[in-house]
Amino acid sequence: MNANVTAVPSHHQPEGSDAHDQRALGFWLYLMGDAVIFGLLFMTYGIMVGNTAGGPSGKALFSLNNAALETALLLVSSTTFGFASLASRAGNRPAVLSWLLLTFVLGAGFIFLEIREFLGMIAAGAGPDRSGFLSAFFTLVGTHGTHVSVGLVWILIMSGQVFLKGLSLPVTSRLFRLGLFWHFLDIAWVGIFSVVYLPGLL
Amino acid sequence: MFGKLTIEALPLYSAIAASGALITVGGAFVVFVVVTWLKAWKYLWTEWLTSVDHKRIGVMYIVLALIMLMRGFVDAIMMRAQQAMALDAGGYLPPEHFDQIFSSHGTIMIFFMAMPFMTGLMNIAVPLQIGTRDVAFPFLNSLSLWLSAAGAALVMVSLVIGKFSTAGWTGYPPYSGIEYNPGVGVDYWIWALLISGFGSTLTGINFVVTILKRRAPGMGLMRMTPFTWTALCTSVLMAFAFPGLTVACGLLALDRLLGMHFFTNGQGGNMMNYPNLFWIWGHPEVYILILPAFGVFSEVVSTFSKKRLFGYESLVYATAAIAILSFTVWLHHFFTMGSSANVNAFFGVTTMIIAVPTGVKVFNWLLTMYRGRITFHPSMLWTVGFIVTFVIGGMTGVLLAMPPADFLMHNTTFLVAHFHNMIIPGMLFGYLAGYMYWFPKAFGFKMNEPWGVAAFWFWTIGFYLAFMPLYVLGFMGMPRRMEQYNDPTWQPWLLAAAGGAVLILIGIACLVIQLAVSIRDRRKAADVTGDPYDGRTLEWATSSPPPPYNFAVLPEVRDREPLVDMKERGVVYQRPRAYEDIEMPKNSAVGIVLGGLAFVLGFGVVWHIWWLVIVCGLAMWVTLALRASDDDSEFVLSAAEVERIEDARYRALGNQVGSRP
Amino acid sequence: MERHGLRSYLVGFVLAVVLTAIPFYLVATHALPPSRIMYVIAAAAVLQILVHLRFFLHLNFTTTPRENLLAIAFTAVLLFIMVGGSFWIMIDLHYRMAL
Repeated sequence: MNANVTAVPSHHQPEGSDAHDQRALGFWLYLMGDAVIFGLLFMTYGIMVGNTAGGPSGKALFSLNNAALETALLLVSSTTFGFASLASRAGNRPAVLSWLLLTFVLGAGFIFLEIREFLGMIAAGAGPDRSGFLSAFFTLVGTHGTHVSVGLVWILIMSGQVFLKGLSLPVTSRLFRLGLFWHFLDIAWVGIFSVVYLPGLL
Repeated sequence: MFGKLTIEALPLYSAIAASGALITVGGAFVVFVVVTWLKAWKYLWTEWLTSVDHKRIGVMYIVLALIMLMRGFVDAIMMRAQQAMALDAGGYLPPEHFDQIFSSHGTIMIFFMAMPFMTGLMNIAVPLQIGTRDVAFPFLNSLSLWLSAAGAALVMVSLVIGKFSTAGWTGYPPYSGIEYNPGVGVDYWIWALLISGFGSTLTGINFVVTILKRRAPGMGLMRMTPFTWTALCTSVLMAFAFPGLTVACGLLALDRLLGMHFFTNGQGGNMMNYPNLFWIWGHPEVYILILPAFGVFSEVVSTFSKKRLFGYESLVYATAAIAILSFTVWLHHFFTMGSSANVNAFFGVTTMIIAVPTGVKVFNWLLTMYRGRITFHPSMLWTVGFIVTFVIGGMTGVLLAMPPADFLMHNTTFLVAHFHNMIIPGMLFGYLAGYMYWFPKAFGFKMNEPWGVAAFWFWTIGFYLAFMPLYVLGFMGMPRRMEQYNDPTWQPWLLAAAGGAVLILIGIACLVIQLAVSIRDRRKAADVTGDPYDGRTLEWATSSPPPPYNFAVLPEVRDREPLVDMKERGVVYQRPRAYEDIEMPKNSAVGIVLGGLAFVLGFGVVWHIWWLVIVCGLAMWVTLALRASDDDSEFVLSAAEVERIEDARYRALGNQVGSRP
Repeated sequence: MERHGLRSYLVGFVLAVVLTAIPFYLVATHALPPSRIMYVIAAAAVLQILVHLRFFLHLNFTTTPRENLLAIAFTAVLLFIMVGGSFWIMIDLHYRMAL
């Protein structure tokens, strides 16, 4: 054949920025799928909000103060996570851990309030098995709460990783994705108070 | 301790059910014995079960698909036999058993035959076609495989312990709700779908990222192969449509497990939302299944006509159009649920529109063949058979797209004939064509052609004989899923249909024999060069099977048919000046472990063994957390090792040119 | 870069607080007729989601990879079709069958 062997250098797809970008896109696509799940749960809630089957409606059950407090906790926690992200970019390990801890506490507060609300409703005979409306409510809000709980566990795991391994590339890359997740959940909550609690209390 | 599980769960109430269980258990036992006798457990574990290599994962998907094809076909032949005999209750199956059979037939064929088959072909071909080392997320790829297997295992276990659903493959409530169906069948169905569906979502995400971000240098989007284009569109559909199934089945599960009222008959339930949610997933699903088959046909038709694919751009736009439009037609599955004329008309129109891009593709394939130099490799036969037969099914689809017509034919055997007319010649022929086309690439030896041709003819003639009568019966008014009937004019047609099923059975036997004979004759039919058809695309530049890293040097792509271009420039088997180290992902047991835990968790939910569910759930979380903290998941294949592997390849090629300076 | 990033989160936070406070206040006080309040809730929600996307998730037309923008645009279209289509279907069915 021919003598000039032109070698195309084997640029193996390296760890580092390429892998981070691919993981970020993959995680983003997962979040988009999650958005579809939430969208369909919102839709289901919307068509079942009137199906109270003679039982209580949102007006009787929801508390504006509770919703406001939950909203505040989640919104602040999104901001504190943002500060954790900044600290991570600056390579400031103690700051990352502090902001993560604060985010965790705020998120745990949110979950505490939500569980208290759910238990109260169930005790009052307004559990998810009472009516179609309540099934839709508990499922929509509960799915969000489950996601937040998973996020809390993830924050703990990442805190452990930051503490033990420092702000290495894989660790900060994972923190980035956790950030996408956490901010996405706050967006979903905006939907929830706008579709469930506020109209329910009108 | 064992929830609802008692000894009564064993299928001792019927000889047929008991035989089914025995065959299932016996089959598993035989596999276990054979592997042990061959002392192959370590090999199986290290080389296959823990592999994260897309080529191995692809093969395992197809193995799963072929096994489930036979399992699902047993259901088919039992149904055809029943209906051939069932005039005036003359059949051999009681209604409840018949109902389980048509439910498991559909569930298995869609979720555990078609999805794995398609995913397997994408796994084998796409990374090679785009010139990359592996998919973006090799571990998730393994996890997806084992989640699919876990779902399939749940369906298989239902043959032995308990019963399967009688609610059809679509599971409509309130019949599938806890009030009318308190047994375990529907739960098996739900959890098999939720578990494997999650795996499919992950596959979708994996391949979108892989195709968008890992193409070889120079391969712009409009230089991708047609199969890769269909794989991209299918993957987008998978990522965005499966959430609909998660919601539909998830809400049904909540109704059944926690007494909620999404779809119940009272207490504010709205059962009509279920078909809405289910088909929001269900319609894109059938396009998920058909698009890769179209991709295979595009590859096959151009390879075996020795001609550039006609109308590449229009094929790409048609594929994208089909993908997007597939989200706009879902109501045509429930025209008869009672929507007003405007709603039905809108979806009827969108359904008719979506037929157009497929028509464009058919013309492109025909025009590719026109004035080509055609060889009738079995894959080409499947393609020609597809073009003729699928078009008939497409036309019946356009007929059904008109709501007034659909009101007469919905849920008759006309509908059954229509969708099988799409699925069998469309999807299955496409996958079989792909299977026979890429088999040499995966295993290093060609498939026996005469038996492949025989399989084609028995399948095709069998298909016509089995399903054309169903169109006639639909017009005569026969509903679907009938365990017995009393109109004697139907029976001759059903007898013919049963004959068709027997021919298909022979076709399946031919496939099995083809595989056995191919393996027996593998040395004679070895694919030494890796390019058995004078191929046009990148996968044929590698050895058969390719090395673990696919390409020692990532190719630089200058043309839509890179291999044609490289052959013309004389650079196709050129040795590089030097080799470099290659980073490869390590094997991982986490995929199969999580799959196994998912199976046990699903089983636990079905039988209400709550402690087991909690234990498995926790174990899955811990395993996942450990994996997510693992920074040591790659190893380095040294340049020397790469060179050793490549040397062996070049020796086989007999090409000594271009050795080191 | 630091201050830029910090400013993003602080501006986002303040805007989000305002866009939350307005609808909550209106519901608490019933200062407008209910249908009007609904419009305000909807508008504030859409705006706040955009604020989150821009200031917390840093989505923009320059630095965000094209695939991510395409993905969110596609998702928005799908949500319109799926949720909008479902509402059309289910409300129509409701009128015909009161279910």
